Amino acid sequence: MKAIEIQSLQKHYGDVKALDGLDLIVDPGCVFGFLGPNGAGKTTTLRILTGLAGASGGQASIAGVPVSDHQAVSRLIGYLPEEPVFYRWMTPTELLDHVGRLFGQSVDERKRQARQLLERVGLGEAARRRIGGFSRGMRQRLGLAQALMNDPQVLLLDEPVSALDPQGRKEVLEMIADLKDTATIFMSTHILADVERICDQVGIIDHGRLITAGKRSELLARYHTDAILIELEPGQELALAAWLNGLKADWLSQLTIEGVTARIQVKDIELARKELLGSLARSKLPVQKFEVSTPALEDVFLQLVNANGGGK
Amino acid sequence: MNLFTSLRKELLEAWRGKRFLVAIILLGSFGMMSPLLAKFMREIFSAIPGAEIVSAIIPEATVLDAIGQYVKNIEQFGILLALLLSMGLVAVEKERGTAALVLSKPLSRSSFILSKFLGVAAVLLVALLVAALGGYYYTLFLFEALPVGSWLALNGALLLLFLVVAAITLLFSTLFNSQAAAAGAGLGTYFLLSLIGSSPTLAIYIPGHLVTWAVSLFGGGTVPVWGSLVVCLGLIVICLTAACLVFRRQEL
Repeated sequence: MKAIEIQSLQKHYGDVKALDGLDLIVDPGCVFGFLGPNGAGKTTTLRILTGLAGASGGQASIAGVPVSDHQAVSRLIGYLPEEPVFYRWMTPTELLDHVGRLFGQSVDERKRQARQLLERVGLGEAARRRIGGFSRGMRQRLGLAQALMNDPQVLLLDEPVSALDPQGRKEVLEMIADLKDTATIFMSTHILADVERICDQVGIIDHGRLITAGKRSELLARYHTDAILIELEPGQELALAAWLNGLKADWLSQLTIEGVTARIQVKDIELARKELLGSLARSKLPVQKFEVSTPALEDVFLQLVNANGGGK
Repeated sequence: MNLFTSLRKELLEAWRGKRFLVAIILLGSFGMMSPLLAKFMREIFSAIPGAEIVSAIIPEATVLDAIGQYVKNIEQFGILLALLLSMGLVAVEKERGTAALVLSKPLSRSSFILSKFLGVAAVLLVALLVAALGGYYYTLFLFEALPVGSWLALNGALLLLFLVVAAITLLFSTLFNSQAAAAGAGLGTYFLLSLIGSSPTLAIYIPGHLVTWAVSLFGGGTVPVWGSLVVCLGLIVICLTAACLVFRRQEL
């Protein structure tokens, strides 16, 4: 049984199509990175899956249960919204107790689960402080704890680390990666580095439609393009531009210049490396870096989103 | 589903947010002060320089004056309290996003709405209970013992009136995203109902008539006001049902 199955999902706000026939399948036990530019339909998808919004058309199910059956689906999922907000007068312990009660957990179960989860997300010492005084990072951690209170089969995370500092980001991402043994994780984000770090499957959405989906390694292989990165010393912008203008070759497929850095996508990496090194030596340009870049998810993402209209 | 868990949270929130305390102090103090004001109105005016003439024309206070003072004060402040307690119940949770947090859990939207109403009802009930006890004690102390049945009927009528206002305001709090708009619409609807009361034919059906009837019990009135009672209960049921139906269709 699929962890998440979405068929021709549509969501219209007047004339605006937030989701335009989205199809998506998420296998159980994976960490699925749901990528897309702002306004692509990521949060709308999550809100439909959680029952907070209704679809205009199509179908979606979690672990085989249609999302229209909210009471049944809510017991299968844990949900962390992009900006988690809580009752400010509660303490984290009280909040988790309240959530546990909603799931019908016993007193012992609630106490044990709340204590363990707060320790796990690094809020053990703040367990009895009022949530009203929490920083955004602390609220994000608490949001993760409440999402895990019912040991969900599917964990739906909307930009789970966007509010965290680098250390917090690393810790929470590790925490999420550890959860893959117990839950399917569906994580929406626009931070590609996070997806590269923990996701084994990736789906890219734009304009409310899925552009592509698959294993991260397969996507990288499928959309792989060789590129060479050249960086000159500061103040050499004009010289770099002039040198690149004179560069004409069959192996050249695309050029991107940013300051003193040029990213050259090529069709034949060996030939390009040889000719570029020769040309640079002849030009006597002050080269600071010459690097054959490894394929990254960012390249795949940009390539697909740009081809789809650039996320606009 | 999970109505009681949600109600528990509402009561805890009302306790921590000092809503119980404020409501008890407000209605409780007016409940106790009303018989006192009625009893000592003449003395109060005679103590004000230049107002002695007024004290001369005020007749000796009776138990009916104490009841009248109690009804006037408690009705006004109770309605205000019901309005203030209900106006942000749903609107604020929708605006802040806390509604989305709990409604992604196994909590039905109807339970969410009903728990809000029951929470406000509990605050109003406790505050009115304190006011009724205080009012009864001071009326007994300063005037005479009140017939318990009539006193209970009067306070029951007042509570029902407050619950009508709370239900109407809760509906508007569900419809709107702003608590100010909910309060305005709730108050407007209540005034509209009061305006309907200016028609002699329709007056017996408005919620406020229930209180008029309860007061008349102390003067020997016995004519039942089933029409007004049915309208009160009907309004509460209709407003809560409408709020549940509207909320089920709303996106969070």
